[in-house]
Amino acid sequence: MAARQNLRFLLISVRHPTSSMLVFIVRRLAQAVLVMLTVALVSFVLFQFVGDPVTNLLGQDATPGQREQLRRDLGLDQSAPTQFVRFVGNAVQGDFGLSLRQGRQVSSLIAERLPATLELSLVAAVLALALGVPLGVYAALRRDGFWAHCLMAVSLLGVSLPTFLIGIGMIMVFSVTLNWLPSFGRGEVVRLGAWSTGLLTADGWRHLVLPATTLAIFQLTLIMRLVRAEMIEVLRTDYIRFARARGLTNRSVYFGHALKNTKVPVITVTGLQLGSLIAFSIITETVFQWPGMGLLFIQAVQFADIPVMAAYLCLVALIFVLINLAVDLLYFAIDPRLRAAGFGEATVP
Amino acid sequence: MSDAVTSPGPLRRFLDGDLWYSFTHTPTAIVAASIALACIVVAAFTNTLAPHHPFDLATLELADSRLPPAWLPEGRSTYLLGTDDQGRDILSALMYGSRISLLVGLASVVLSTIFGVTLGLLSGYLGGKTDAVIMRICDVMLSFPAILLALMIDGVGRALFPQAHDALAYAVLIVAISAAGWVPYARAVRGGAMVERQKEYVQAARVIGVSPLRIMRRHVLPNVLGPVMVLATLQLATAILIEATLSFLGVGVPPTSPSLGTLIRIGNDFLFSGEWWITVFPGAMLVVIALSVNLLGDWLRDALNPRLR
Amino acid sequence: MSPLLEVDRLCVDLGSRHGSLRLLDDVSFAIAPGEMLGFVGESGAGKSLTGSAVIGLLEPHCHMTGGRIVYDGRRIDDLPDDEVRRLRGRQIGAIFQDPLTSLNPLYTIGHQLVETMRTHLALTEAEAISRAVDLLEETGIQGAAQRLRQYPHQLSGGMRQRVVIALALAAEPRLVIADEPTTALDVSVQAQVMALLRRLCRDRGMAVMLVTHDMGVIAESCDRVAVMYAGRIVEIGPVRDVIQAPAHPYTAGLMGSIPPMTGERGRLVQIDGSMPRPGLIPSGCAFHPRCSQGWDRCRIERPDLMAVGASRSACWLHDPRRTG
Repeated sequence: MAARQNLRFLLISVRHPTSSMLVFIVRRLAQAVLVMLTVALVSFVLFQFVGDPVTNLLGQDATPGQREQLRRDLGLDQSAPTQFVRFVGNAVQGDFGLSLRQGRQVSSLIAERLPATLELSLVAAVLALALGVPLGVYAALRRDGFWAHCLMAVSLLGVSLPTFLIGIGMIMVFSVTLNWLPSFGRGEVVRLGAWSTGLLTADGWRHLVLPATTLAIFQLTLIMRLVRAEMIEVLRTDYIRFARARGLTNRSVYFGHALKNTKVPVITVTGLQLGSLIAFSIITETVFQWPGMGLLFIQAVQFADIPVMAAYLCLVALIFVLINLAVDLLYFAIDPRLRAAGFGEATVP
Repeated sequence: MSDAVTSPGPLRRFLDGDLWYSFTHTPTAIVAASIALACIVVAAFTNTLAPHHPFDLATLELADSRLPPAWLPEGRSTYLLGTDDQGRDILSALMYGSRISLLVGLASVVLSTIFGVTLGLLSGYLGGKTDAVIMRICDVMLSFPAILLALMIDGVGRALFPQAHDALAYAVLIVAISAAGWVPYARAVRGGAMVERQKEYVQAARVIGVSPLRIMRRHVLPNVLGPVMVLATLQLATAILIEATLSFLGVGVPPTSPSLGTLIRIGNDFLFSGEWWITVFPGAMLVVIALSVNLLGDWLRDALNPRLR
Repeated sequence: MSPLLEVDRLCVDLGSRHGSLRLLDDVSFAIAPGEMLGFVGESGAGKSLTGSAVIGLLEPHCHMTGGRIVYDGRRIDDLPDDEVRRLRGRQIGAIFQDPLTSLNPLYTIGHQLVETMRTHLALTEAEAISRAVDLLEETGIQGAAQRLRQYPHQLSGGMRQRVVIALALAAEPRLVIADEPTTALDVSVQAQVMALLRRLCRDRGMAVMLVTHDMGVIAESCDRVAVMYAGRIVEIGPVRDVIQAPAHPYTAGLMGSIPPMTGERGRLVQIDGSMPRPGLIPSGCAFHPRCSQGWDRCRIERPDLMAVGASRSACWLHDPRRTG
């Protein structure tokens, strides 16, 4: 078995000059920084010009003396670019001032809520992928079967149902009528240093089930439809036809060749979708009163709590940028044509 | 000797064409279109069709509050789908709500389309720096989910105009939803524009001096109409759902004219006390509308895709 | 010697919303072991379709509606799917037109070769690799061991087609269907690839069904040729005979339209009109509207293939019972 792996590895070993990959990474990092700066700019504009920055930083109960002092300290009399630089400096350290609504440091509010959202999103993501990909493959391979049609019909429903309605529906069925599962809050959480997790207690899991499923359904249907569409496209290609003409087994053709070729577009889109889970969690958290960042954000929007909104924007942008970077690297690792693109192996006629 | 056969008029051509054939032979499309049409009719003629005026405070009777749907005991036939805690008829509220949802959705799609198609044309036809900048913006906007964008814009709008009256609130909402959805149009149109730009007759027209506007309007636009229509239909469903979500979260339409999302939010408070009808019926209506529009969009996309025939 | 492949009255239809369209109408031919039979004709005449039908890879919506396909004495058109799959690659191989799109871009050449071999032959990985190297060298690729690790996009067009040929031959089939193998290649490379194909087939005693629209390729390589028109075979016979003394008016037209390399450069012959689309095929002989030598019978009755020397031609001109 080991010998086989070695030979396979030999066969598929990637011989590429390291420099092309490095160039690629550097370029993507530069792009990422650019995006972050743009987002920071938008946040800055929000912070400074929508509402009063001094109030944003000190809260509403500051005395006029404190305000004046802060105004000088902040250098609000200085030019906008200087202020922007200071803003970015603060932002990088996580300092976004005080929440207008709660009067606490924005950074500590977010730190408190982050674990809840991340856990919810992660569990939902795993669920969506674990179910979405196999179902999509099945729907593509058995295109005209009864179950495939059912799946597609149900998936259409999934795309037409807004997440909050799914959440409400779940609550109605499982909480109100059947009384099996709780419908709000996180339940028992265990503190691990700065992190609080609900994954270590049965109660925590019970509270996680409904929100995670709600969050996952939309992504699941999207992934399923995407995988199916890509599979069908790939199955139409010449190389699949040639593979069949060589008498390769169905298993080889479908899972070896076809599935592998769907990986690239599926990974790209899935990566982006996973990022949007963070955004969709806003809705789910509202429906289930889940104490995460999303709920915080909604309350901020309702209250016009600018510092929280600005901080949330930057944080979410960061997460997105990181996910995009990861997807690009994965892309690079999977598709050999990209590896040669930077440098181009000399083709021998 | 007979004259040349007169070519059939546009209506005849349409009815003979593949699109109509596909429509009449796809049961789901027919059902979806009928439902969508019914919803539109109801929305248009709400004032005459609705049995009550749920948002006219003078007509409400508190004694009639919390009534279940007519087919349950304690229900009354005058309030077919029951009433909420203020005595408002659910059926009428549903109709008014649908109207708001549809109108906001439609307005957003129209705005998105105009904006996206224009930018796409500029980007694809002019190329160069314009194209690069616009595409970069598209990329950045695409990497954020629509809901988030809409929420942010809506939030900023509220912060900017804290005491806004209704019209402004609507404007902010519509702009928010449009901003979240214009990118696919731009991309689709850009692709088409770039293809057309390469063609010889377009290059010839440019040499002669035909204005680019004219070229874009006469040559590029008709070719991209198909994909744009598909996009618009699918985006309509998305726009309706985004509006519903925003209203549910409390940051959508102003509370004086509730949309379906607002109704669902109001009803949510009564789930645990057993008055399920206040949430379920608006919810069902929302799903029906979104589903039929999605089905139509799906059928349209398959029907217009030459490769799937 | 009994034929390796026998196709008898093959009919293939396309189902569409306008009803069925007949794409192949009563196509019959045979290929002996080791023989190269060329299929020539215009685009849309049905040459590629015939090849697809033999190997059982018809496009969606196309299906066989009549006739039989017999390989090595065994009927293969009505076999269950996995039996047909076993035939493909091992008994009947195929080469398609575009070498770039025929190869999976995400797998190395070596992987694709080894996979094909191990599907049909009982080999260990090491044995398969060494055979793959030998096979690549046989197709004229230098540095075969290195090439195994490369991806399709790293090779030139000619190289890729050699790899495609190697893949098609990897499991040692006895019949290969080559569908326009050189059309997508540069002219200079075309000759090399055809020479390669000829050599490999001769060395292994493989039969080849060569589909092309290029008569020159057929003239150089094939033993016999079948001329197709509107989904039918109108003439079939030894290459020499068909080219030098075409029996069917359409073939004669084809020959006349090829400019001669030597001798007088007269006007090129042109056949008026164009080949009819499926569904619009005239009654009787499909060629009769364009034929300069027809008469009433051609319009009414469709001619079968009739003997003309060593060839056969579907034309009433060669009706043995005709007087005058």
